[in-house]
Amino acid sequence: MSLYAAVFYLLGIVILTATGLAVTRRQPVHAVLYLIVAFLGTGALFFLLGAPLLAAFLVIVYAGAIMVLVLFVIMMLQRSPRELGLLSEWGPATLLGIVFLAVAVAMVFKDPGSGILLKGAVARPRDFGRFLFDRYWLAIEILSVLLLVALVAIIQLGKRRDCEESEKFPSPHPSPPGGEGEGEG
Amino acid sequence: MIVPLGHVFLLAGITFAMGLVCLVAHRNLVMTLIGVEVMMNAAAIAFVAASLRWQLMEGQAFVLFILAVSAAEISLGLMLVISLYRRTGSVDPDRYDILKW
Repeated sequence: MSLYAAVFYLLGIVILTATGLAVTRRQPVHAVLYLIVAFLGTGALFFLLGAPLLAAFLVIVYAGAIMVLVLFVIMMLQRSPRELGLLSEWGPATLLGIVFLAVAVAMVFKDPGSGILLKGAVARPRDFGRFLFDRYWLAIEILSVLLLVALVAIIQLGKRRDCEESEKFPSPHPSPPGGEGEGEG
Repeated sequence: MIVPLGHVFLLAGITFAMGLVCLVAHRNLVMTLIGVEVMMNAAAIAFVAASLRWQLMEGQAFVLFILAVSAAEISLGLMLVISLYRRTGSVDPDRYDILKW
């Protein structure tokens, strides 16, 4: 077993452990913190698989930006006590996951190409960027439009118009104190 | 690098299944979004492995698109969660019963 293979299996164990811990936590803050570990491991795995630019992007965007955004949102929300003491959905969900996993494993190992050893190669960031803007420049532009549309939708959703809506639709559950006014400054 | 392709796909598959379980089992909308993120991460691992297997850079280009789409999706989803929370005072989807007469 070469050094690269050992590093790969080590990273795999780290990713699986961190993800497994993250999806079973009841406190979302703990889940997000474990997930940051999983994303950092995934970034290292991308580096190992020859995608250094994507590794940097993953660490910056996933582990940096998105997880911090989720943390801020968790801090804005108050927990309802019902989420803590319920286990009833875990059975069917785990069964579903196991069935899916069994099918996926069977399909992967039935394929004769699955035993092919990967050869090491690195897509240098310069080559990758040139390739991307040579052939997929239109997709990049569409992606930027998508991000712009998401931004507009978020601003529109985040506008506060609860004063007139609370009269039209009286909420059946009274909103907790401090939940309405503190989030947006 | 002497890792078989199937092992990388196996890692991606297990991660994807964990994200699926997280998506279905939790009753907190933030945890549901986290499950979607885990599933997208697993898809990205599979794409990078396939890119290395066939020595083509298209797989890595797709991972870049996955990153951007996932950023848009999580930000919009979190904004929807906040909007629902303002309206009902809860992030539990079982309590969204405004339409019930």
